[in-house]
This record gives sequence, C-alpha cells and structure tokens, in this order.
Amino acid sequence: MKNESVLLALIAVFVPYSLVSIGGAPSVFAGIQHQAVDVHHWITAREFVDMFAISRAAPGPGSLLATLIGWQVWGWSGAVIATLAFYVPSSLLCYGVAYVWRRHRGKRWHTALEQGLAPVGIGLVLAGIIALFRVSGGGVLSWLLAFGSAGLMTWRPKLHPLLVFAIGGAIFVALHAMNWDRLV
Amino acid sequence: MADLPKPPSIAVIFGIFFRIGAFSFGGGLSGWVYREIVILRGWLDEDEFMSGLAVSQVLPGANIINLSVYVGQKLRGGLGACAAFFGLICAPFFVVIGIASIYGTLRELSFAEAAMDGIAAAAIGMILIVAGRGIRRASHRPEALIALFVTFVAVGLLHYSLLLVVAIVAPLSVLAAWYRGATREE
Repeated sequence: MKNESVLLALIAVFVPYSLVSIGGAPSVFAGIQHQAVDVHHWITAREFVDMFAISRAAPGPGSLLATLIGWQVWGWSGAVIATLAFYVPSSLLCYGVAYVWRRHRGKRWHTALEQGLAPVGIGLVLAGIIALFRVSGGGVLSWLLAFGSAGLMTWRPKLHPLLVFAIGGAIFVALHAMNWDRLV
Repeated sequence: MADLPKPPSIAVIFGIFFRIGAFSFGGGLSGWVYREIVILRGWLDEDEFMSGLAVSQVLPGANIINLSVYVGQKLRGGLGACAAFFGLICAPFFVVIGIASIYGTLRELSFAEAAMDGIAAAAIGMILIVAGRGIRRASHRPEALIALFVTFVAVGLLHYSLLLVVAIVAPLSVLAAWYRGATREE
C-alpha cells in the first residue's frame, strides 16, 4: 500500500493531533501510538518505543516522532509530509492567536484562559507518560529509571540531558548483560 | 513592528533558530530562545517573551515551535515566523532520521533494545519534571488540581477520547479560573 493514499493517511492522522496537542506533543503520543500501531499498522509497538527514545535523544523539539513514523512509512516524502502535517496546523493557529493574545495581556479572560488550560495540559502529559510506559518493556525498572533521571536532573539542572540518557542506556545494558532485567 | 529600530533580516532569524534547533539536545529550548532573543539581542522585552511563552503553552502544538513562531512573527511577520519555524526544525529533522537509520543497522545487536529502553525511560524522566512543575503550580488552586486529575484519569487510565475530554474539561476549568477571579501569580 505504498502509494498516495498512505501520504493522505499520514496527513489525516497527524493534522488532527497537531490541533489537539494541548500541553505539547507528548499529550497526543498515546493517540498517535494507537493510530500508527493498532489502526494503520505502520509500525510495531516496539518500533514506537524505539522512535520515542530516538526523538527524545535528538536535538530540537523532542517530538519528531511524527517525522520518524513518516520516514518509516514512506521514506523522505513521508518524513516531510508527516512533519509538516504535525507542526504546520498548530503553528498557523499560534500565528493567528499571537496577534490577539499580545493585545489583551493582563485582562481577566486572558488570565482565566491561561490558568484554566494549564492543568488540562499537564493532565494530558501525565496520560501520555502512562501510555509510554505501557508499551516500553522495562516495567518496574523503567519506572525507577525514569524517576531516577527526573530526580538527577532536578538535583543537577545543568547536567546535560544527553549524559543522563547515556547513563540510562548503560544501566539497562548492564542489567541486560547480567540477566537482571528478567527478574523484575 | 515599525517601532523596532533594526528588524533582523529573514536570514539572520533563520540562522539563530537553526542554531538553537541544532545544539539544544534534550530540551530546554525556551531557555535558548530567551538567551538568544531577549538577553543577547534585546529584540523582545521580558514581558513580550513571557506572554509568548504562555501562549505557546496554552495552544496545541510543540511548545517550542509555537514560541518560535510567536517570536518570528513579532520580529518580521509571516516571513519571520516561517524562517523561525523552518530554522528550528531543519537540523533536528535530519539528525533524528540519521540516528534512526544508524539504529536500524544496530538493531540486531542484543543490547541495542536494552539500551533504547534505558534511554527511553531516562527521557520520560524529562517529561516527569515538566509534569511535576505543572502539578506544583496547580496545587495552589483546588479547581486546577481537579481539572488535572480528571483529565489524567479519563485519558490515561480510562482511555476516553482525548478530544472529548479536552472539549468538556477545558471550558469548565477556564470557567472555574474565571470565577475565581483569575489573579496573576508570578
């Protein structure tokens, strides 16, 4: 099914998620995973976790998951289409709203909108974290490592995240080599 | 924009955001934008930047891309926003595909999967930090905490449609903030 309909499907999946990704891209990872893995069978659950890790380790917005899914589905054109489909609609919306927003700063409705939407965004981010843990294989160890890395980066904010990622990878490789990852 | 003494050229805007995108491994991009645009060049003042940061977080989309669009638009209108947008995602676009292609050849190695699991878990830690900050901010206001909790449970645990949950919870949450008097906390 490598034809134009696949590119259209990429657009059909990513444009709506672009417009509902309140709280940032992680809030729609669960939905994207469902569409890419269960509905369209573009990638496996395993590949999704890999792509998440790769997109977080790379520089930039940290949400280039869409790019990788597009790339997997149909090479460079797929990557370009998926990237634009995921980022352009929300950017256009932001562009339009920015005009109005700047002119009404400090007004009551402005503050209410800001304060009302913020917790919804955080709730979605948390839901996205749950979805990511469900697909990643590590179980309890993954949770421990995630909280450990969060603690480490809170304690030492200047520590380069890539270093923390490398430590995380090394720990899991070491556990794997000792077969400890099967015990938990 | 006419009041700006020297609006930067489109190429300069693209260059700055290209650098931010290329070197900002592992997040913290809004800090980069703040440093480059506000501190080093003074193209936006503090208030403009902070309000842009709020807009970029409230609206859907990757926060940092929204922020770039906001800054680009403020500096040079539509073309400026385009320059900032493409500048920011240009380098990461190729880097992420580069890593993915290398990973494809490394996949046969037995430890590659364990390594990626570890990196993914550590990366989730970065999102946990953001979530932790959000929870702490919401904890000052009961209605915000309720909105946060309901959204999390409905989407994360009960798997209700994200769109449906946002459509119901977001207006109620905004309404609650409105009736509470919506005082600025900063």
